[in-house]
Amino acid sequence: MPKRVETLVLHDSSTPVFDGIEKGGNVVLTSLDVLVNQARANSLWPLTFGLACCAIEMMGMVASRFDVARFGMERFSATPRQADVMIIAGRLSKKMAPVLRQIYDQMPEPKWVISMGACASSGGVYNNYAIVQGADQVVPVDVYVPGCPPSPDALIYGILKLQEKIKRGRSGSFKELRLAESLTGARTNEQVNTLVDA
Amino acid sequence: MSGFINSVAKPIMAGFGITGKRLGRPKVTVFYPEEKREQFARTRWRHFLTRYDSGLERCIGCSLCAGACPARCIYVEAAENTDQERYSPGERYAVRYEINMIRCIFCGYCQEACPTGAIVLRKNFELADYKREAFIYTKERLLEKYPGEADAPWIGEYEIVKQK
Repeated sequence: MPKRVETLVLHDSSTPVFDGIEKGGNVVLTSLDVLVNQARANSLWPLTFGLACCAIEMMGMVASRFDVARFGMERFSATPRQADVMIIAGRLSKKMAPVLRQIYDQMPEPKWVISMGACASSGGVYNNYAIVQGADQVVPVDVYVPGCPPSPDALIYGILKLQEKIKRGRSGSFKELRLAESLTGARTNEQVNTLVDA
Repeated sequence: MSGFINSVAKPIMAGFGITGKRLGRPKVTVFYPEEKREQFARTRWRHFLTRYDSGLERCIGCSLCAGACPARCIYVEAAENTDQERYSPGERYAVRYEINMIRCIFCGYCQEACPTGAIVLRKNFELADYKREAFIYTKERLLEKYPGEADAPWIGEYEIVKQK
């Protein structure tokens, strides 16, 4: 059995960060990891979360010109229970933020989030009282796609980046991320860096 | 039996008929990672800072781009050129030039506002990344040579009309 040594390091007196997650080698299970990652990366089912004009480009990505079904994303799911990747397409208002979080929580593990466009990623031009300045304040974002709106091929590039990330990662790594998140309430950049780069 | 033909067989045949007809048509799908579609002539994506042929930077650190930016995503810090350290032909140059690519809406106002044609928007759309920090494009990254021939300064549209 592979060993996973997890150590919790309290560095900021309040923010626990996982430090040095080691994994014992096991040829069979490592190969299994590769297999599982391949399966996950090549059948991502996206959740429709069109909030604004970016959703039109997201629909354009699904249509035959760009045809995201080539990447195993054939089925856009309208229910979070059967979705793997949430594409936040559009500006996220503060009223919508709790809804987004709830829908994210309803998605089964493993789950990923793509923040599409300037507004979802950082607020864009809407630096005002109504818009959340970056969806990563609400949910942990895996890939940011800049653009206003990103063209379908730019979004497909973001999806390819996400597939790369899934294939590179350990199939169990999301568990630590979720645990860290449940401990701290939110996933910080440091946590993401220590876990993703490891 | 006629009910079966009318309500089941005929619609199925009609449906497959459409499928069969469409099979012969030219395919519209762009196989993106392997082949890229031609972007439109005035597509605006990634920013580049250009240089003169002499190697000096065009940017003079005037912050007009930052003033024109509706998303306030450009930060320019200017410094004086000296004879020992000369970066641009004018009096001043941009010692720091940063664009927050994640907040930018690619409107091209910076390009229109620039008096020297230093900042240009090109067609590189592959900008997605994993971390927020990766989207702060510093001067070093913006001064990268544009892969392609289009390193010329942007000419305003009215000038193109005048040339005709």
